[in-house]
Amino acid sequence: MIARRRRAVRPHAGAIDVVVVGAGHSGLAMSHCLSARSIDHLLLERGEVANSWRRERWDSLRLLTPNWQSKLPGYRYAGPDPDGYMTVEEVVDFISGYASEIAAPVRTGTTVRSVEPCTNGYRVCTDQGDWRCRAVVVASGAFNLPVVPALSKAVPHDVVQLTPHQYRNSRQLEPGGVLVVGASATGVQLADEMQRAGHPVTISTGEHVRMPRLYRGRDIQWWMHVTGVSDQRYDEVDDLVRARRVPSPQLVGSRERSSMDLNALTSRGVRLVGKLAGIRDGNAQFSGSLRNVCALADLKMDRLLATIDEWADCNGYAKNVEPVERFPPTRLPQSPALGLDLKSGSIRTIVWATGYRPDYSWLKVPVLDRKGWIRHDGGIAEAPGLYVTGLPFLRRRKSSFIHGAEDDARELSRHLAGYLRAFGDRHSARVAV
Amino acid sequence: MGTQQATVDNGVNVEALLGAREALTQAPEAAKFQWRATCDWINGTHSATSVRGFYGLGEEQKHRTEFRFDTDHPEIFASADKGATPVEIVLAGLAGCLTAGIAAVAQNRNIQLRSVKATLEAGMDLQGMLGIDGDVRNGFDGIKVHYVIDADASKEDIASLVAQSQKRSAVFDVITNPTDVTVTVA
Repeated sequence: MIARRRRAVRPHAGAIDVVVVGAGHSGLAMSHCLSARSIDHLLLERGEVANSWRRERWDSLRLLTPNWQSKLPGYRYAGPDPDGYMTVEEVVDFISGYASEIAAPVRTGTTVRSVEPCTNGYRVCTDQGDWRCRAVVVASGAFNLPVVPALSKAVPHDVVQLTPHQYRNSRQLEPGGVLVVGASATGVQLADEMQRAGHPVTISTGEHVRMPRLYRGRDIQWWMHVTGVSDQRYDEVDDLVRARRVPSPQLVGSRERSSMDLNALTSRGVRLVGKLAGIRDGNAQFSGSLRNVCALADLKMDRLLATIDEWADCNGYAKNVEPVERFPPTRLPQSPALGLDLKSGSIRTIVWATGYRPDYSWLKVPVLDRKGWIRHDGGIAEAPGLYVTGLPFLRRRKSSFIHGAEDDARELSRHLAGYLRAFGDRHSARVAV
Repeated sequence: MGTQQATVDNGVNVEALLGAREALTQAPEAAKFQWRATCDWINGTHSATSVRGFYGLGEEQKHRTEFRFDTDHPEIFASADKGATPVEIVLAGLAGCLTAGIAAVAQNRNIQLRSVKATLEAGMDLQGMLGIDGDVRNGFDGIKVHYVIDADASKEDIASLVAQSQKRSAVFDVITNPTDVTVTVA
C-alpha cells in the first residue's frame, strides 16, 4: 500500500538564453519582442495561456478598456464592436489567438517552483525539469493573491468569507445580506451584481478613484489615451510608490456603457459605510472618514475632467465632442453607520475586495523589499538579468493594462538584449584570455 | 510660477519635512515614535496633564519646555471650572492637527495662506455618559469642523487642501478609527 517515495532527481530540461515566467498578455508581448530580436527564449506557464483569465475571474467580468484599445505588439482587436468591452472568454480567445499568431514558445502545464541565481545566470526549477538561463522575465502577473486584511480573523464563524478569486456568480451566495469591503473596480462591480441579485449589500469604502465611463460622449479611456495621461512615465510622477498603489478606478465594461460610482450603487439601494477599521466582539467598526474619502475622490475626478477640458480646448477637439459636464458629488447618508453587528444574521457573506498582490514565493533572488515587492527600476530588477513586467505603473500609467504591455516590452527587451550582448562579450573575452 | 514659488511662506519648512519623509522611508525604525503624557488629580474633577518627553528617531526626545493642560468641568456641573473639559481638549487636538496639516500642504503646493480659521462643534447627549440611556454613546455623536480660509488659491484648490490635510491627519485618524486602549493599575 505504501508507495515508495521516488528519488527526487530533477531532470535537467535544458539551457536557454531567456526564461519568461508566465504566458499572459505581458509575457507574450515580451516573447514577441524577444523573437523580433532573435533572442532564444521560452515561456513557462503553470496552466494554459491566459491562465488567470480562465480560472481566477468571476463570470460577468468584462475588461475595463474598450475593444479598440485592446492591442498587443503586431496584433489588435478586429471584431465588429470596437466600443464594447471583452468578456472573460473573449479575453482568453484574444490572448490565446495572439500566442498562436506569434507562435510563442510556451511550455504549458509547467509550474515554476523556484528561480535562483547560479553561475552565469539563473536556475529555473519547474515540476517538468530545470532550466538554466542568462536572464529571467517575471511576467506572472500582479493579481495572483487576493489581499485579505488580518482583521478577517475576527469575523464570526457563521459569516461566509469570499475573495474575488473564489467568487463566480451570485448563485454561490447564501440568501441574505452581503458586506463588500473595498470600493475599487472589483468592489463596486460585485456590490452592484449582488444587490441586483436581491442581496441587501453594504459597501465599505476607503480611498477610491471615481471616473465616469463616458465623458463628453467619449470613453474615459479614450480621453486618458489622447491626453497622454495613460502614457505618463514612471520617472515623471511625484510619488511613484503611491502611484503604483492607487486602486483601480470605479469602472465597469457594460453593454450600456454606464458609469459605476457610489451614486449609482446607492440609487440601486446599496448602503454606504466608511472603511472597515476593526471588528470587536463580532461588531464591524467603520471609519468616520467616509465624507473625506468621497470628497477626495470627487475633487480628483474634477481635476481629471478639467485636464481633459483644457486639452480639448487647446487641441481643437472642443467642437467635435459633447459639451463640458460635471457630475453630482457623491451622495452620503445623513449619518453614515459606524458599526454593524455581524452576529445578528443581517450579514451572511463578506466579500474581501481589498486588492491583490503578486506571488513571489518561488523567487529566490534577493530583490524583494520589506513589503515583498520586487525592487526594480521600470521593470529592470536590482539583480542583473532579472526583469519584471505587467505591474501597475511599471513604466507608464497604462503598464498593467493589455494595451500597456507593448511599450514596456519593447523597452525592456532592448535593455535585455543589451545585457545579453554585454554578457556574451564578457564571456568570450574570458575565453579568449 | 517661479516668482510665486519664491514668495510663498506659511512658516512651514517643507524641505525639512520632505527630507524627514525620505530619511524615514530609508530607516523605518526611526519612524517609530511614542507620545507620552502624565496626569495628576488635583481636586474634584480638576486634573493637570503635562507633556515633556517623547521617543522618536531612535532616541529619547524632549519638548523645549513642559506644557501643562488643566482639565475640569464647568460650573453647571457643580465643578470649579479650572480648565477646559477633556472633550474640548480633544477638539483642540483635532483642530490643531488639521490646521497644521493645511499649512504644510499649502506650503508644499505653493499656496500662500493669509488666514485660516476653524470652528468646531461636537454634539453630545449626556444621557450616555450619565448612564441614563444605554443606547446612547458616551462620546460625541459627531464632530463638525468648519474652515474659513483666505488664500491665493481657487475654491477647488482650497477644498483639496482641506481634504488632503484630513487624509494625513493623526488626530483625524485617532477619532475616526477605533484604537485599542489598555488601562492598567499599579
